[in-house]
Amino acid sequence: MKRERIYGIMAEFDSAQALVDAAKRTHEAGYNRIDAYSPFPIEGLAEEIGFHHDEVPLVVLIGGIVGGLTGYLMQYWMSVVSYPINVGGKPAHSWPAFIVITFEMTILFAGISAVFGMLALNGLPMPYHPVFNVPRFSSASKDRFFLIVFSSDPKYDPAGTRSFLQGLEPRSISEVPS
Amino acid sequence: MNDRYKTTVDAEQAPVIEPGYTFGTITEKISSIVLTRPASNGWFVGFGVGFMLTMMMLYAIGYLFLKGIGIWGDTIPIGWGFAIVNFVWWIGIGHAGTLISAILLLLRQSWRNSINRFAEAMTLFAVACAGIFPAIHVGRPWLAYWLFPYPSTMGVWPQFRSPLMWDVFAVSTYATISALFWFMGLIPDFATLRDRSDKPVLRIVYGMLSMGWRGSARHWHRYETAYLLLAGLATPLVLSVHTVVSFDFAIGIVPGWHTTIFPPYFVAGAIYSGFAMVLMLAIPIRKIYRLEDFITERHLQNSAKVMLATGLIVAYGYGIEAFMGWYSGDRYDAFTLWNRLHGPYAIPYWSLLTCNIFIPQLLWIKKLRTSPLALFLLSGVILIGMWLERFIIVVVSLSRDFLTSSWGMYYPTRWDWMIFIGTIGMFLAAMFLFLRLLPAISIFEMRTLLPEAEVKE
Repeated sequence: MKRERIYGIMAEFDSAQALVDAAKRTHEAGYNRIDAYSPFPIEGLAEEIGFHHDEVPLVVLIGGIVGGLTGYLMQYWMSVVSYPINVGGKPAHSWPAFIVITFEMTILFAGISAVFGMLALNGLPMPYHPVFNVPRFSSASKDRFFLIVFSSDPKYDPAGTRSFLQGLEPRSISEVPS
Repeated sequence: MNDRYKTTVDAEQAPVIEPGYTFGTITEKISSIVLTRPASNGWFVGFGVGFMLTMMMLYAIGYLFLKGIGIWGDTIPIGWGFAIVNFVWWIGIGHAGTLISAILLLLRQSWRNSINRFAEAMTLFAVACAGIFPAIHVGRPWLAYWLFPYPSTMGVWPQFRSPLMWDVFAVSTYATISALFWFMGLIPDFATLRDRSDKPVLRIVYGMLSMGWRGSARHWHRYETAYLLLAGLATPLVLSVHTVVSFDFAIGIVPGWHTTIFPPYFVAGAIYSGFAMVLMLAIPIRKIYRLEDFITERHLQNSAKVMLATGLIVAYGYGIEAFMGWYSGDRYDAFTLWNRLHGPYAIPYWSLLTCNIFIPQLLWIKKLRTSPLALFLLSGVILIGMWLERFIIVVVSLSRDFLTSSWGMYYPTRWDWMIFIGTIGMFLAAMFLFLRLLPAISIFEMRTLLPEAEVKE
């Protein structure tokens, strides 16, 4: 398949409120492949662009369970199976003494899953991305808010989408080359 | 999720951020410290002193590796001298950083947003300083990796029933999670620095560190979820770390160690000393880099209140220790109390009570809570007091155990002092580097404090 020359059309807004309103109207107008960029997290913005399934909690839960099992089973295997040491007649499987390390391993694995799971689900690290081709986009990490309609959207057509975005009264509009 | 950032402006209280800022000016003000402001002479002097002290520490550690633990004051019965005192002290200082970044996040205390970044940095550097001590204290530090369970040709494993082993896991987990938490918080700010910087080298370095962050709404959503979950994980973790450190003592039977009050009283003491360190760092930083609009009187007051509260918990711990010494009817416990008050280490003990309990009561006075200079000095007193507390716990208890025949005294040598003071230098040098290379205040979290960040549905 031929690679699309244009990645999408991007509109720039002045405020968080304007971005949320614009995202809402764009989504309601039937555009599904859209994204919004902001210099800080905005409550409800992800929902407005149709993002509902955040898998991070599941990843963290799995990480925690794996960590807890790893911690306990490691201690069990090392102290009971591989090299049991009789200390003052205490049982080899002295489980209360294993709780602390089990707990720490649960936290360790869950925490690592949270950070790396978030990065992986976000597709990061990704040094190059087409949106960086828009010169004004460098303000997205400062004080500007951007909305993009991807050219892969079924409803996308260069002129129509552009005029639709124009109707949202953005500060500027730019094409994003891919 | 966003209302955790809401700024409650109480007429009585100073605001979290002074009015008149926009997203742009916040960004410029914080990033300019890193990107455009030239390093001042004061910075070079501060970093230079820290660096030289670090070199002194490395020299002392080098000599230690050559000669062995004998150059220290550690003897039998006091096998745990400065190394463990300093380890516990540094780890405790780190705890305030996690408290600010994780626990105050869960409690929706938005004022934390201006101080969490450098408090987390403080945590990391404090844990690094702490980690040096057990490693060089093992006697043969090149074999310190034996502490970790790895499949060796010897076929043996660590002893998991020992609280020292728990400590290895607790502290290494703590260091890892603190580093991840800190790095994750920095990612959006790295993107800001990448976009603001005009030097190609910096753009590449910050660009790599930012992982290509572009602020997509989907990304922010996952980011916030992960951040919140990480805070939820770090909260029990930080409580567990000093609890486990206190187990190093409490699981032993030495009089003065074998007590159930230790875990909560260690955690409170950790936060006490940690907030003292936060203030000792925040007060000069806000002054030198003119960040009084971001780190306001409110932050100083709140930190002072946390110190007052945790200080009282610590005082309660001392009270209970004394009470149990009398009430238990255990003659060894009673003697421990008597020995602290009147024994050979009475001067450190009375200094400890003065620094940790008596003088900090001045924090009840509002005028002192709002005076940066007074807070700075009080924080110094508290840090000394908390160091003395660890000294009393480690040294005095070991110096007088059950049999008079095994009593002894501990005198630190110059090598003990060189390594201890050297870690303070290392901590300072790292903080100075951090201030120049990374945004010392979380830029994106400061933006959320502005009223413009609020969105109506």
